[in-house]
Amino acid sequence: MSDMHTTHVDSHTKDHHDHVHGHDEHHVHKDSFITKYIFSQDHKMISKQFLITGMIMGFVGMMLSMFFRMQLGWPNQPNPILETFLGKWAPGGIMDPNFYLTAVTIHGTIIVFMVLTAGLSGTFSNLLIPLQCGARDMAAPFLNMLSYWFFFISSFLMLISLFVETGGASGGWVVYPPLSALPQAAPGSGLGMTLWLFSIVAFVVSVLLGGLNYITTVVNLRTKGMSMTKLPLTVWAFLITAILALMSFPVLLSAGLLLIFDRSLGTSFYLSDIFVSGQALEQTGGSPILFQHLFWFLGHPEVYIILIPSLGITSEVLSVNSRKPIFGYRAMIASLLAIAFLSFIVWGHHMYITGMNPFLGSVFVFTTLLIAIPSAIKAFNYITTLWRGNIRFTPGMLFAIGVVSLFITGGVTGLVLADSALDVNLHNTYFVVAHFHIVMGVASMFGTFAGVYHWFPRMFGRMMNNKLGYVHFWLTLVGAYGVFFPMHYIGLAGVPRRYYNYTSFEIFQGFADINQVISCFAFVGGSAQLIFFFNFIYSAIKGPRAPKNPWNSTTLEWTAPVEHLHGNWPGEIPTVHRWPYDYSLPGREEDFVTQDTPLTEEETKQLEDYKHP
Amino acid sequence: MSHSATEQISSKQAWGGGAAPYNISWGKMMMWFFLVSDALTFSALLIYYGATRNANSQHWPDPDGVFNHFPGVEGHIPLLFVSLMTFILIMSSVTMVLAVDAGHRGDKKRVILWMVLTIVGGCMFLGSQAWEWTHFITGTPHGYQQPDGSHIYGATMIENEYGAKAFANLFFTITGFHGSHVFSGVLINVISLIMVIRGVFERRGHYEWIEKIGLYWHFVDLVWVFVFTFYYLI
Repeated sequence: MSDMHTTHVDSHTKDHHDHVHGHDEHHVHKDSFITKYIFSQDHKMISKQFLITGMIMGFVGMMLSMFFRMQLGWPNQPNPILETFLGKWAPGGIMDPNFYLTAVTIHGTIIVFMVLTAGLSGTFSNLLIPLQCGARDMAAPFLNMLSYWFFFISSFLMLISLFVETGGASGGWVVYPPLSALPQAAPGSGLGMTLWLFSIVAFVVSVLLGGLNYITTVVNLRTKGMSMTKLPLTVWAFLITAILALMSFPVLLSAGLLLIFDRSLGTSFYLSDIFVSGQALEQTGGSPILFQHLFWFLGHPEVYIILIPSLGITSEVLSVNSRKPIFGYRAMIASLLAIAFLSFIVWGHHMYITGMNPFLGSVFVFTTLLIAIPSAIKAFNYITTLWRGNIRFTPGMLFAIGVVSLFITGGVTGLVLADSALDVNLHNTYFVVAHFHIVMGVASMFGTFAGVYHWFPRMFGRMMNNKLGYVHFWLTLVGAYGVFFPMHYIGLAGVPRRYYNYTSFEIFQGFADINQVISCFAFVGGSAQLIFFFNFIYSAIKGPRAPKNPWNSTTLEWTAPVEHLHGNWPGEIPTVHRWPYDYSLPGREEDFVTQDTPLTEEETKQLEDYKHP
Repeated sequence: MSHSATEQISSKQAWGGGAAPYNISWGKMMMWFFLVSDALTFSALLIYYGATRNANSQHWPDPDGVFNHFPGVEGHIPLLFVSLMTFILIMSSVTMVLAVDAGHRGDKKRVILWMVLTIVGGCMFLGSQAWEWTHFITGTPHGYQQPDGSHIYGATMIENEYGAKAFANLFFTITGFHGSHVFSGVLINVISLIMVIRGVFERRGHYEWIEKIGLYWHFVDLVWVFVFTFYYLI
């Protein structure tokens, strides 16, 4: 049986395959430092690699945002911090406009791809899919390892692109041509843009290899009794995320490939009738709008690739810490599926003002507004799960509740932007920035934090410090709302995004104060993350040892021993008898029943009565 | 997984965990999902092609007038050569099916035979594509006279004597992208052939690997059918 699965990987992965496919014995084999920590094929180690790389990238992304908030709050005032960190990009402490554009571009790219795609779903899909499905490892551990290393290459390229002489990519994270296609258009469209594109190509490969593993593991390697409707909602979310990624990222690859050709081979896929400093370019016949179509065909599902894992984590954390079954388990799955499906037919709402046919625009309005339905189902189910729960406010729980709050706040403004008539006014203003940061950026970041606090004991065998966690949560929440709430107002007033300096326009001078307030909140939120970093590192080394099941949770990952074993369970893989949300069952001593607990006689009888009344 | 999968199980049991619901091993499933993903890569390019062609329809050359030569034959023979290429690629798919079938029977000699023929087919296709590209790049002796009097001969990524630039851009991109798929397919086939000869699959007791690369090979074929239809026929 096991040899069937070693068909395409070399012999040294054989052990893992034995584990994966239900052999009971545990192979004791010595790992060298390299095979254990660097080129590890163990899903738990790979998940830590994803998390830590994601955190480092997150730190870089965050610092970039701090820098451009300094510029936006106090434009053209010499700032020694900027000079210290940015050197030649901030001569005399005043940020170079080109660096400002690079900073917003790379901030967006890093947070969207490296942190909230790889750092979030890479970490938790890797950790939780095998452990919660009851598998010894991913289907193909070798490909799983490659997935991390392609992500590593991608992150590395993105980082060094910041250090090239002409600066990093500066066309915004959406890299619209012709700006991004013509090296002569902006300094950042030179080598920096090339590195950006190669980084994203490596990223697509990473997502592909990871996604193949996630899907196959969930479909084929669930333990006995783990039917699809006994899967925790986290696994459902990761499965759907992986499907979305597998179907949308290849389109980005094609779009990027054509852009690379336009940049290096002189083709005109996205270029037509362009003049640069009075000179007509050779390229004709292409269309930059087509790039937008291809990009947003990825770009919109990407939003849900980011959000859905954190919705899944929220479902799990809310239910565990409310000591209540999740409200509407099947409705939650159905709404996830509906959101995933709809996410492929709404990309046009990013393009209402590109000259799109208004009729087509109204179709996209319709499909976009439809997303409100499954989203509302999710929001109501979260609230009803909390309703009359026996709530424990762990840091993870606070962040999960934060997700619900942000999801609603950001979702409501989504309804406004979905409307093509209103979008004419609001397109490319701070209103959009506020909307997507709250609903996708901060909400997903909160989901990530909820996941880290909740599964930290599972990852490192130690507990995180709760007090620091509370401080982190409140400062982050206040910081996030403090930054993005005022942005709605300046957006409604028409302030466009991506501008280097607003005070040079008379109409926007009245917003200088509010920009300072926003920047101050950003610094509060940013420094709060340092508390998190400290807590994370300190707890990983010196935190108190975690018990096996610290949150009294029902799912399978807590039935495995605290020490990490290659193969997860020392003996047989547990068999699953019940769904993952048996909390507070009446008549039981404990308020949770793990999934591998067999049904009692009474329960069996009830089930039979239900099936055959 | 395949052993348990050969037993007949109802769909209810199959999805209950501890079994492969689609009765196939995870390796094959991964290949299927990869193909779904790759299909979207090609779809993006082909949809781009459709939109660009529509926008440039006035200058879009008639493929009959561009790909109208056959090596060693004089005269105007539209699309014959590319039809031959297509035929060769489809035949290599047939030999691949036969290799998979021989693998099912554990017939090592036949697997080797059919794999060799598949590789030959793949190489012939790649060679034909090289000829086709050369023909396209070289162009016609008379070329195209631009308004300023200069001539364009043949097509490159930058110019195209036959008409719209996008035609040449897309030709090189799409057939090149497909060709690189065929090329990697041939490489994988060669590696697998060596593995077959060295008895790797015999020791393993089954030739499922051949089935997996077969899936990939058929996919590459299928994509070519679409490329052929959209680029040459329509």
